[in-house]
Parts: sequence; C-alpha cells; structure tokens
Amino acid sequence: MVVKPGSVGIVTPQAMHFAEPLRLASGASIGDYTLMVETYGELAADRSNAVLVCHALNASHHVAGVYADQPRNVGWWDNMVGPGKPVDTNRFFVVGVNNLGSCFGSTGPMSINPATGRPYGASFPVVTVEDWVNAQARVADRLGIDRWAAVMGGSLGGMQALSWTIQYPERIAHCVAIATTPKLSAQNIAFNEVARTAIRSDPDFHGGDYYAYGVVPKRGLRVARMIGHITYLSGDDMAEKFGRSMRADDYQFHYDVEFEVESYLRYQGDKFSEYFDANTYLLITRALDYFDPARATGGDLKRALAPARAKFFLASFTTDWRFSPARSREIVEALVANDRDVVYAEIDAPHGHDAFLLDDARYHNVVRAYFEGIAEDCAARRPAEAGA
Amino acid sequence: MTLRTDLQLIAGWIAPGAHVLDLGCGDGALLAHLRDAKGCRGYGVDIADDNVLAAVRKRVNVIQADLESGLRMFEDDQFDTVVLSQTLQAMRHAEDILREMARVGREGIVSFPNFGYWRHAVSLLAGRMPVTPQIPYQWYDTPNIHLCTLKDFEILAAKLGLRITARAVLADGRPVTVLPSLRATLAVYRFETR
Repeated sequence: MVVKPGSVGIVTPQAMHFAEPLRLASGASIGDYTLMVETYGELAADRSNAVLVCHALNASHHVAGVYADQPRNVGWWDNMVGPGKPVDTNRFFVVGVNNLGSCFGSTGPMSINPATGRPYGASFPVVTVEDWVNAQARVADRLGIDRWAAVMGGSLGGMQALSWTIQYPERIAHCVAIATTPKLSAQNIAFNEVARTAIRSDPDFHGGDYYAYGVVPKRGLRVARMIGHITYLSGDDMAEKFGRSMRADDYQFHYDVEFEVESYLRYQGDKFSEYFDANTYLLITRALDYFDPARATGGDLKRALAPARAKFFLASFTTDWRFSPARSREIVEALVANDRDVVYAEIDAPHGHDAFLLDDARYHNVVRAYFEGIAEDCAARRPAEAGA
Repeated sequence: MTLRTDLQLIAGWIAPGAHVLDLGCGDGALLAHLRDAKGCRGYGVDIADDNVLAAVRKRVNVIQADLESGLRMFEDDQFDTVVLSQTLQAMRHAEDILREMARVGREGIVSFPNFGYWRHAVSLLAGRMPVTPQIPYQWYDTPNIHLCTLKDFEILAAKLGLRITARAVLADGRPVTVLPSLRATLAVYRFETR
C-alpha cells in the first residue's frame, strides 16, 4: 500500500484493560473495562510531548492514519494530525482514546456484562464528560504520561479538553478546545432529545436490549443522524451544496427522494445506522447534555475554571450555530477573568459546526502556529542534558 | 527586530510587570516586546486573521474580536494599562471605545494620526482631501472615518473625564516640540481614567 505524504501511515489500535472499578459521577461504577487506544509519533524520553486528542459524538480512537486491512478507513482528524501536519507527529506523541460507552471496541452498551454474561444494553451506566476524563487519566498513567503537553478536541472533544483543566490542572499544559461550549443550550438539548426519541420509539429498540432480539433500531438511528447532520451544517453551506437540486427534471409527485438534500441525508443516515450503536448514541448525547462545569459553582464559569493552570487555545467558526462563537467567547471571558493565558481565533468559515473537521488554511495555520509554541514549551521544560 | 517608533514610545510609558490590554494589537509586536523587556502580561485584541496568526507566532495572548462590539469580555479595572494604537480613527464607535478603555483599565494610551498636520491643511486649501504616508487613502475608500486634531482629542478626553498625563507628538517617527499641533503626524496620549 502507498502511504500518502503527511499521513502517519498504517496504524494499529491497542486494547487497554482496566480491572480496577472506575467510580462514575452517577454513583455507579464500572469494573473490568477496556478502552481502545491508538498512538502516533514517538514519546520523548522525558515524556513531555504527549498530546491527547478527544473525540466527539461519532468518532473514535482512530484519529489518524489507516488500518492495514482497511486502507480506506482514514482517521477522523487525519488532516490535523500527522507528520508535518498542524499537530506534527514528528514532534508530538499523539494519543487517541475511544471513550467508555462508545461503540468502537471500548466497553460500552454492546459489550458483554461480565456479571450477567449478556450485553449491558440498557443497564450500561450513564457516563459523563468528567467520567471520560477520569478514564483518560488512567490511560495516561498506563502510558507513563504525568502531564499532557496538550489535550485537544472539537465539540464534545473540546468539552473533555476543558474538563481536563479543571479536574487535573497539574496534568495538562495546554488546552486546545475547538468549536465547543461550556454547556449546551436548551436548543441543543432539544435537538438531542429529538434524536433520542427517534431511537427510543423505533420498534426495534426493545427498551435498549435489542441485541437479544438480533435487531438494530436502524430507523431511529437514521433519523437521529439526519437531524444531527442538519445541525452540523450551516444554512448557507446546504444552500451551496444542494440548493433545490432535484433528482429528476421535474416534480414526480411522490414522497420518495425528489431533492438532492433528501438523498444526501438518507445516505448519511443509512451509513451511520450500519456502524453506530443506538445505546451509545443515547449515552453520548446525554453526556453532552450534562456537561456544565459551572453547575458546581452556582453558574459562575469564572469560578468553575479557577482551578485551571493550563494555557488555552480556543477557536470557533462564524457559521457554527450549534456551538456558536458566542459560546466560545463565554469560555474566553471566564479565562481572561482568571488571568489565564488564552488565544482565541474566530474563523470566518461557511461550513457550520463541521468546519472543525475540515481543512481550512486559516484554521489550520493558527492551530499549527499554536502547536509550534507548545513544542517550544516542551523543549523549554526538558532538562538540558536531555535536549538536542 | 525593531519596534515601530510610536510603539517604543508607548512601551516606555508602561510600567514593568504591568497587566496590559492592547486593542488592535496587530502582529502582537508591542505585547511581545513588553513581555520580553518588561515582564508584562496581558492580551491583544485584533479582528484580522493574519494579525491573529502573526501574534500567535509571537506567543502572544491574542483574542480575535471586533472592537466595535465593545470590551464585554473584560471586567472593570482589569488592566493597569489599555493601549489603542492607530486604531481610534478607524472606529465607528470612537467615543464608546474610549469609555470602555476607561472602564477596564486604570490608565489608557491612545495614538492616532494628527489630522491637523500642516500638509493636510495645505491639501484642503488646494481643494483636495489629504493623502499622505500617515493617512494614505482616498476619501472614498479610507478606513479612517474619525480623524481628529490634537485639540479635538483633548476636548473629547475632557468630556469623558480622562485626565491626560502625558502627550508625545511625532513627525515621521521623530519627536516634535515646536508647533506640535501643526507639525505632528502622529499623536500619542497617556491618560488616567479616574
């Protein structure tokens, strides 16, 4: 196989098993769990160059590169992470972790509950962003990383990066949080609830224990993905991509696909329902809903972020109406009030929330420049004898 | 790298270790200089992508925002010094930004091209809007919508309760002492906000 320049090439995930139970925010705990992990680049001798990349709703530990047996399965942030890319794997040791409750090999609702010998299904505990961060901290321990040079993520991944600075202030040097928010708005929660209702009302859902019936609530998942997808794009972006383009030359006076946008949404929904677990969709959207670090400080984000010691990079996109620039500015405001180092880029991009995954020069250049600074910080912290 | 003359002058007025807000910070040169030479901390604000990128490359804290929408991101009295260099004349809400500077900082420093510069007057007498190296734009495409003279600024400062503590006037980067209001191309004012 020919590896593209700038790609980390062929990668191999590893399964990390954790026997010791992890106590969750809900009060429940989960023991004997597995997290899928991928790493790229080399960990420096002094372990100062590690970057954790946190995923959002439907992504995984597969951040960059391809698998030997799946050459088309390119990592979800491959345009950002790789040799010579903004997060340069020639300099950084990059770690991707599939979060607890997800459905790409880490323990989640589809996994077998060792206590019952059957899939967890509806009995899988509700997990929060904070729980994920605690689980990621154990991965860091396992890899021998005391302190991340950076924790990075977009959207829900940005929430995890932000939460790291509050939960483990001494273990994160830089927080890189893109297209994120300190908490979901009512409108955001409403979209999540529509998606969850679509899944729960699918007759194949069986209260979350559909595995036993050998079925998948695909219809619900499809609708969930369709509504989600609409909110990730901007109106202008959809107008440009599809407009009112039709399949046929004229109206066919039926309810099958008439417009290209319908075809696109159906395709996205179908594809998603083939690989994503419905219970995981419920679980991750609920983690999104719950995230609100200022809840513990009477709604005061400044006080919530007071423990943070990291330096911050935030970016938002002007046409992102799901996690709008105003939400990122709230975080910046709280950080400035706490006198933290912060860079904030507000990128005028037409692609809505999805922009954080796309290759836009202004966006990537400023991330690259920031990571060059992180590399300088790593070098500065390195003892002289370990230099060169 | 040498700092622009007016920025050198501004830097000279900022106390070591001061907490500084630089509005319209451009490539972050002033903040980088203040950090390296004086141990100052703070933030720059700029709207332009290329400036934000250049400031990040200088490892400066930069916030991409439009000054026209105010300084809501910043708390009252958060800064020792708030700098607005060669930006006031291009702002739609010139009076508002001065009020906001007074709110968030104890001291302000403002620089702007002097519209009272004699060549401008000559140009006007000849019937044309002035186009000079300091304001190198035609009237129909200039970003400078609020040009003023030294006296104009001083009157506005008094109206806003800003107490001017120092003034430096430059002509092509050199200090001017004789007939400043006519000979200065650039004015720099330092004022207390309380």
